[in-house]
Amino acid sequence: MSRTMKFRHAALALGVTVMLAGCAGPNPRDPYESYNRAMFNFNDTVDTYALKPVATGYKNITPQFVQTGVGNFFGNLGDAWTAINNLLQGNGEAGMSDVSRFALNSTLGVLGLFDIASEAGLPKHKEDFGQTLGVWGVASGPYVVLPLLGPSTVRDTVALPADIAGDIWRYKDPVNVRNIGTVVRVVDTRAGLLDASSLLEDASLDRYEFLRDGYMQRRESQVHPDGDGAPRKVQKDDTGETSAPVSSEPPAKELNSGTPPAAN
Amino acid sequence: MKFIKQFIALATVSVAFTGLASAQEAPDALVKRISQDVIETAKADKGIQAGDTRKVMELVESKILPHVDFQRMTMLAAGRFWREATPQQQQQLTEQFRSLLVFTYSGALSQVKDQTVDFKPMRADPGDTEVEVRSQVNMPRGEPIPLNYRVAKGPSGWKIYDINVLGAWLVETYKGTFASEINKGGIDGLIKALTEKNKKLASKPLATNAPKK
Repeated sequence: MSRTMKFRHAALALGVTVMLAGCAGPNPRDPYESYNRAMFNFNDTVDTYALKPVATGYKNITPQFVQTGVGNFFGNLGDAWTAINNLLQGNGEAGMSDVSRFALNSTLGVLGLFDIASEAGLPKHKEDFGQTLGVWGVASGPYVVLPLLGPSTVRDTVALPADIAGDIWRYKDPVNVRNIGTVVRVVDTRAGLLDASSLLEDASLDRYEFLRDGYMQRRESQVHPDGDGAPRKVQKDDTGETSAPVSSEPPAKELNSGTPPAAN
Repeated sequence: MKFIKQFIALATVSVAFTGLASAQEAPDALVKRISQDVIETAKADKGIQAGDTRKVMELVESKILPHVDFQRMTMLAAGRFWREATPQQQQQLTEQFRSLLVFTYSGALSQVKDQTVDFKPMRADPGDTEVEVRSQVNMPRGEPIPLNYRVAKGPSGWKIYDINVLGAWLVETYKGTFASEINKGGIDGLIKALTEKNKKLASKPLATNAPKK
């Protein structure tokens, strides 16, 4: 092979490699993006054709006091697990407040149907085991979309079995009552999110991205409210303005260093 | 004659004082005032409660927009691409982003029914020019929704340049979208996408929970 040919081949190979390195490579903010988008679309389809219509009907037809009762009932069951998580995180005062909420609402609130505790001044918290792990120092890990359950992170997915075990309704017998209750809870929750989801549709150019970026920030703020806790790495853009990163860890440096970072 | 002159002088002075006072209004007092004003108006207005798009947007335009620094918001959301844009592109981008935010905010506002807002004490030094104002919206059901504002002091007073709902900052959330649109079709591609989105929003009715699609 002549020198020119060899040179040309080498140049071609180099060019292809550079091109591939430039456009391939996962998004450091979302390493599982292709899987996530696929799962998001699947969930979205199920939502559009099954869940959302039912939730809309539920919201429009069911009397308000019934919806409130349903919400309160399952909210109360959730308070027990929230209490445990608050205590595990070292939030003694909040934890005991949640215990009081649960006790008060379960008894005087007639099995949780009435949220007397909120009126008595005990604020409603929501803590799950994923947040507890976060407080203990476990970083959130990349964004993951779970089938049917929606947005999550690697850490929170690992925490999910604990959350399921801590769900009181899971132990309800007989099974058919439990299943009916679960469906009602899901529909009620979705009905509560109808306004938010229509806003999401309006506000976003790309719903998947908007949801992901909003969710990751929200999750971080749930684990560290008031921005205390994990040292926040504030990045300076070229414009000189500062902005906070989406996840609590530095952009995935464990990727092979040959790949230039995408976007930011 | 003298009396009239005195009166005019007094009126001018008092107007000047009001102007001075509002320029010195603390950022959290300003945000609180706007916020309560807007919510009260939204609750009291029958048209808005019935879902009248135009009225909601009028409310947003008259009471909120003057206090928001859209150019700064757009600049922050565009990140490093801002420098690469021509002044004309920057202006178009700011306008389109502003329209999008007005539509979105109007959508949110038209859902206000009987919520109340509590403001948390502001943690800032008196000399700060950039502060965060924190509040929460008390919902009839469930946890209160955190709603925070980033406010900066400029030549024409304090202006809002970022909003945080449920823990997510608006600018940060739009950054990803902006970046990928720009990577796909350049800054013009982003402007085009925003323009089309705004056209779509302008033609659909507001505040409806009926299943779309």
